[in-house]
Amino acid sequence: MADAPFMLEVAGLNAWYAESHILHGVDFHVREGECVTLLGRNGVGRTTTLKAILGLTGRRTGSVKVRGHETIGLPPHRIARLGVGYCPEERGIYATLTAQENLTLLPKVGPGGFSAAEVFALFPNLRERGASLGGRLSGGEQQMLALGRILMTGAPLLLLDEITEGLAPVIVEALGQAIVALKARGFTMVLVEQNFHFARHLADRHYVIDHGQVVAEIARDEIAGREAEVNRLLGL
Amino acid sequence: MFDIPLPAVLAQVTIGLINGCFYAMLSMGLAIIFGLLNIINFTHGAQFMMAAFITWIGLNQLGPWLGFPELQLGFWASLVVAPLIVAAVGMGLERLLLRRLAHLDHLYGLLLTFGVALVTEGAFRHGFGVSGQGYDPPEMLQGPIDIGFMMLPRYRLFVVVASLAICLATIWLFERTRLGAYLRAGTENPRLLQAFGINVPVMITLAYGFGVGLAGLAGVLAAPIMQITPLMGGNLLNIIFAVVVIGGLGSISGAMVTGLGLGLIEGITKVVYPEASTVVVFVIMALALLLRPAGLFGRET
Repeated sequence: MADAPFMLEVAGLNAWYAESHILHGVDFHVREGECVTLLGRNGVGRTTTLKAILGLTGRRTGSVKVRGHETIGLPPHRIARLGVGYCPEERGIYATLTAQENLTLLPKVGPGGFSAAEVFALFPNLRERGASLGGRLSGGEQQMLALGRILMTGAPLLLLDEITEGLAPVIVEALGQAIVALKARGFTMVLVEQNFHFARHLADRHYVIDHGQVVAEIARDEIAGREAEVNRLLGL
Repeated sequence: MFDIPLPAVLAQVTIGLINGCFYAMLSMGLAIIFGLLNIINFTHGAQFMMAAFITWIGLNQLGPWLGFPELQLGFWASLVVAPLIVAAVGMGLERLLLRRLAHLDHLYGLLLTFGVALVTEGAFRHGFGVSGQGYDPPEMLQGPIDIGFMMLPRYRLFVVVASLAICLATIWLFERTRLGAYLRAGTENPRLLQAFGINVPVMITLAYGFGVGLAGLAGVLAAPIMQITPLMGGNLLNIIFAVVVIGGLGSISGAMVTGLGLGLIEGITKVVYPEASTVVVFVIMALALLLRPAGLFGRET
């Protein structure tokens, strides 16, 4: 995996919301098949990093390459079509669409997407909920749906923002198993996580973000040795 | 009120239904546009009027203008061509002007579309005067038809059937198709939809074209029934906005039900208490604003 081609290369990424300068030159990369986390305290720019990759912030400068294609000048829909699946922090389930419509809504952006049956195999809770409106689903169901629908698009790169936030431990565990299964299937993932204990065993590498920049890169097997540094950076 | 003969009631109900069909088509277009563009489209009446004029021009003016006096664009051709022209002009308006206001308050879009409506109506007044033009229904729809309790002009029956079909087809498109799911999702959260790979700016342009195209279809259907004047749309739009306030802008099928319902209520009022028939819609609007400010089918936010 260490010499697999780059799925995502972010270099010198700056991003603004209106006049607020949020990202100050973020640098990181993800190779095909890797699972990488963006760690950090609240408000340091992790969610903004994912949004900036998709062009969802205001102005952005620097370089974001998806599978070698420079995307900094592209609108969001063109970036998504390069094979990016996005699960936003607020989950973004369409409340007025049924669960089934939400699941099948997204356009195909790559080959080999999941079938609905495969999504249900991964998240059995969704099987009986197809006719319910998105707004009527529980938080856990919405999260599974938000993940399931991007699996159906065939996107090889998944940007997952705080998928465990506010969910019961049993759901968090199911999501963790799903991440492991997706990694085994070859998906490349960027997880924004608050829950370090959830992330530490799932990811190959961790990037710690502070004040809109990457301040540390930690491989999985370095965590034990750098525990004190990690705790200090995350404010644990 | 119980000594009013039943046929008279049914006749007014039928006329109310015909008006309701126009209310329904026009308010559905407004609801679609409001959902995706967040703009209250005051140009809607002018776009309706434009289509009626294109229909009339196609039959009476186009040939002489082009130097082929025998050339005529008949009703059936206009039914296709006029809405397409109105939609195309509308999409140009969206791309050139409305898009620049998308991130601003509703009020700016309202002012712009109101201004465009005034300019359009002014231009047609300048070109064609204010006296109404007449338009004969196509030959196969001329003459009366017996619908049991009254003789109804064949063309009016056609209007009811055609507009109900148009409304139901629109609802089907929105509620049952993939494109409809995109449009509903785009109404709820367009930014995220774009991040999933949908070209939302183009979708919004097409949705505006579709909404004003519905107004265009209504305009063509209206040409043989109403006086074709530059003000025909503006007059109708007063009632349409009342319909939209009562129904709420949130729902396509709600717009249809409210439009038809108010047409019927207006018709019945004409029999029961004729003096109130022109204000009944606005009285209901006032009540709706008091009791359900988001509208009968609107979502409270």
